[in-house]
Amino acid sequence: MTKETNEKMSGDGWEPRIIAFLCNWCSYAGADLAGVSRIQYPPNVRVIRVPCSGRINPLFIVKALQTGADGVLVSGCHPGDCHYISGNLYARRKFALLKSLLEYVGIEPQRVHFSWVSAAEGARFAEILGKVIDSVRSVGPANKMIKKFEEVA
Amino acid sequence: MNQVEETLRQEVAKLLEDGTIDVFVGHEAASLPLKTSPCFVRSPKEVDRLVWNRICTSNLATYLPQLFKRPVGLKGEWTPPKVGVVAKGCDSRSIVGLIKEKQIPRDRLFIIGVGCEGMIDRHSVGRALGVVGLADAKVDGNSVQVIGTDGREKRIDIADVLAASCRECQHREAVLSNLTVGEAPSSAPEVSHYANVAEFESKSPQERWEHWVGELSRCIRCYACRQACPNCYCEECFAEETAPKWLGVTTDLSDVFVFHLGRAFHQAGRCVDCGACVAACPQGIDLRLLNQKINKDVEELFEAQVSLSLEEAEALSSFRMEDDQSFMTEP
Repeated sequence: MTKETNEKMSGDGWEPRIIAFLCNWCSYAGADLAGVSRIQYPPNVRVIRVPCSGRINPLFIVKALQTGADGVLVSGCHPGDCHYISGNLYARRKFALLKSLLEYVGIEPQRVHFSWVSAAEGARFAEILGKVIDSVRSVGPANKMIKKFEEVA
Repeated sequence: MNQVEETLRQEVAKLLEDGTIDVFVGHEAASLPLKTSPCFVRSPKEVDRLVWNRICTSNLATYLPQLFKRPVGLKGEWTPPKVGVVAKGCDSRSIVGLIKEKQIPRDRLFIIGVGCEGMIDRHSVGRALGVVGLADAKVDGNSVQVIGTDGREKRIDIADVLAASCRECQHREAVLSNLTVGEAPSSAPEVSHYANVAEFESKSPQERWEHWVGELSRCIRCYACRQACPNCYCEECFAEETAPKWLGVTTDLSDVFVFHLGRAFHQAGRCVDCGACVAACPQGIDLRLLNQKINKDVEELFEAQVSLSLEEAEALSSFRMEDDQSFMTEP
């Protein structure tokens, strides 16, 4: 993170920055549906499309928190609806452990969120995102795991 | 020489002579007090190197996968060796895990199980001596006679300096073996499991964070915890990967956290709590507090036991439709 963004983030005008990992088949399409349905949702989210929630390496989430995200949202297909049959069910086990581990070392649980959003749930996506943003806002800018890079020149 | 050591040497000599095994992996005396090092015995003449005592701390399963790797640059036919190994309860569980993960073939392994009453933790002996370094030590029955670098002598009861994971160990006998040597160990004492984890969980988030900042800021990123761990057999560890580069090669606290979270998470549903990482850490960081948290969650959430049998699936390579999802935002 640069000095400039550091300052911007710590000031009064701070807005949470959230990385959302959305699965290609359900949640990404759900977010898309929210868009084409003209449902407003806050612009704090940066979406990364992944093939399946099972594709998400828990290190993605840790890395996002290290490189300056205030919060992370991971969303996939509802159980039973996975395009690859069971990717989301394996993912669910990983996420349960990761969320608990992060909380254990003292990272605020309000920063990391997991949800199921189907391709038909545009309104639900916007609603969940609102809740995630409120939750991240309640704990303020991330300051624990963020790596501070030396300014060069 | 104790009875177990003697029988062990005889058995290994027999196995090497009749060609049942090509190499035997055991412990031998090391140059530092209260240390043993792993040794590889390839001929019956060498069996006298083998020792068995209360300081055979290292988990020998760590050294097995490399023996089954085809030598680099070798042309033509290659048959993997037949390997013998001496296994405490924890070593044998790690071996079960490695067999399940297809890192070592069961049919080329000869496991000699030995009952274990717990191993001595060098850090605890150091603490019992005060700040003085260890000049010499002699294990004698249930106590250990230690001499500090200042010449002071002290007799310490082994029960007081057992490794933390040995105190809570519930599997003192090998869960998988071809042969058992020595007497069955005394039954494991009643201890409350995960008491340390539960106590730590009850602290406030800020206290927990400060604890880990304190512990992990001592980390020098030597990766001894990883090298000692039988589960860490990856050709390229995420810690050294460059594409993607998960973490910087620094002692910046942020990088240290990513390393330790990643390391602990890669043990999820696989850690047998052998304590090898804790014993290997030159900085005395209690990594067990991190590993045991995941073990506790695996046990509570998925009702899974780690590496007790060859049949059971590992927790993270299986699932149930009704797995807990109360942690999710609007499940």
